[in-house]
Amino acid sequence: MSATTADAPRTPVGARPAAPPAQRRRPKGRLSRHLLTVLAWAAGLIFFAPVAWMVLTSFKQESQAASNPPTFFFTPTLEQYASIIGTSGAGSYLLNSVIATVASTLLVLVLAVPAAYAVSIRPIKRTQDVLFFFISTKMLPVVAVIMPIYVIAGQLRILDNILTLIVLYTAMNLPIAVWMMRSFFLEVPGEVLEAASIDGASLMRTMRTVLLPMVAPGVAATALICVIFAWNEFFFALNLTAANAATVPIFLMSTMTSEGLFLARLSAASVLASLPVVLAGWIAQKQLVRGLSMGAVK
Amino acid sequence: MSTATDTPAGRGADAPRTPSADGPRDRTPHLGEHSKAEAWRRRLPLMPAFLFVVICTQIPFLLTIWYSLRSRNLLRPEGEQFVGLRNYLDIFVDSTFRTAALNSILFTLGCVVVSLLLGLGLALLLDRKFFGRGFIRTLLITPFLIMPVAGAMLWSISMFDPTYGLVNWLIGTVGISPVDWTSQFPMVSIIIALVWQWTPFMMLLLLAGLQSQTGDVLEAASMDGAGPGKTFLHITLPHLRFYLELSVLLGAIYVVNTFDQIYLMTAGGPGTASANLPFYIYQRAFLGFDIGQSAAMGVITVIATIVIATFALRLIFTGINSKEQS
Repeated sequence: MSATTADAPRTPVGARPAAPPAQRRRPKGRLSRHLLTVLAWAAGLIFFAPVAWMVLTSFKQESQAASNPPTFFFTPTLEQYASIIGTSGAGSYLLNSVIATVASTLLVLVLAVPAAYAVSIRPIKRTQDVLFFFISTKMLPVVAVIMPIYVIAGQLRILDNILTLIVLYTAMNLPIAVWMMRSFFLEVPGEVLEAASIDGASLMRTMRTVLLPMVAPGVAATALICVIFAWNEFFFALNLTAANAATVPIFLMSTMTSEGLFLARLSAASVLASLPVVLAGWIAQKQLVRGLSMGAVK
Repeated sequence: MSTATDTPAGRGADAPRTPSADGPRDRTPHLGEHSKAEAWRRRLPLMPAFLFVVICTQIPFLLTIWYSLRSRNLLRPEGEQFVGLRNYLDIFVDSTFRTAALNSILFTLGCVVVSLLLGLGLALLLDRKFFGRGFIRTLLITPFLIMPVAGAMLWSISMFDPTYGLVNWLIGTVGISPVDWTSQFPMVSIIIALVWQWTPFMMLLLLAGLQSQTGDVLEAASMDGAGPGKTFLHITLPHLRFYLELSVLLGAIYVVNTFDQIYLMTAGGPGTASANLPFYIYQRAFLGFDIGQSAAMGVITVIATIVIATFALRLIFTGINSKEQS
């Protein structure tokens, strides 16, 4: 297995010519090139269509949102957005999500950066096992541990407490973050890493002044992935929170179930709930790839 | 540099070390008497993260095993007792558990295979310069970024609703009569929503793979008169192998634990027709309050996952390592 993957040539993405010349040279290539472009546009628009529809619906009146045949032309209204923002308690859901996301992401970084450093610098066998252990916890079905977590949190009196979500989101993202940061540390020249490790007592200082600036893009990419997963997390929030610590996904669900179905309103809430992560992902597309592959793909 | 602050162990152990590129393979066999302290010093930065993950994942799992050996129902706390393996025996005669297990496999396989193929197709389409390429790429990754709860409700209501859903209107324009998607085809509906969410993930990984291909190899192939089909089959596909494996494994890790879409689109229904293992275990635990049973199911799920994943993990692990060393 490894033999075949090993001989895959690895080049920096930027070093590659813009387009495969093979397609340029073909005389009949022109028509098929246009065809492929049309195909790519069609695919992109089809995949985006449900999102576009969601955005469109969010600007409708309720009667236009649930019409058959669908309403395509209408006078847009901001009524639904105003209604969502004006919902009593909407602010506390948002605040909970922000706290859980930001705090868990910071905690992940504080724990993952030193850990990734330790497994990158001429790792010994044990640290490789730890690396293996980290990734294996991502395969543990969350549902298998939710009951004990629920019981423990109940006994510690931190059910429906944002602290619980912070801890769990940290545990959820930490393995990914260690792997990601490791891939960035491996790009740092070995001599620099060595120098930092030899000068053991001032490791913290070397880390701050030399290493961290070198892996700063990695820290940003790792943070992005942690933010995405924490912001969108639903299962823990559903089971471990109620009135006090509920996050945005729970708010989104409640707009559907508690008051009957108001499709336009639900769409507006969906747009608002998704917006932060969508914008972040759009802006940082390159980091996204690396993060999703836990650093394996650059 | 201040040598005065260095630990003696650190200094002594440094002598035989030479900075080298093949660090990961160096097992440092000749560290001498200080090796133990040195190894600990190196491991120290790893410990907080390691302990954090152990405490958050392994201790709850040990408790799950403990619960699985007891009969416990949160509604009747006084009736708790040790029942040995009875919870496990009950599972083997539970046909719903088997359905849920099968559904888990179907969801995972269906979603991973379809989104991998679609993702490959899209990655190939995007691996060339054309007008609006960045824009199309941005549109294509959006489904992955949409909050899964929002995505699930978007599909179950805006798209699949029997009376005003967009899908029924679309098939209506070619004369097909309306379908109640989420109750008539619950599995298909969920898989469609999952594929929509995960195709961008596959596409991004495979596109990165395509773009890491060197241009001169492709040029050489075209010089030798290889058509695009042959080039793809004999050069691109072998090159993509690592990326395909990675996409499948990572995709499967996430998709096998799918909960949001099932909870929100069909609630596992009709009946338990579209429940997967995570959803069924959740139902037994939080709606049935049957801790013993759900814990036993959790343990079985974990064992099954470990068996499958160990094999998969070795594959991905050696793949990543060999790539790093190449």
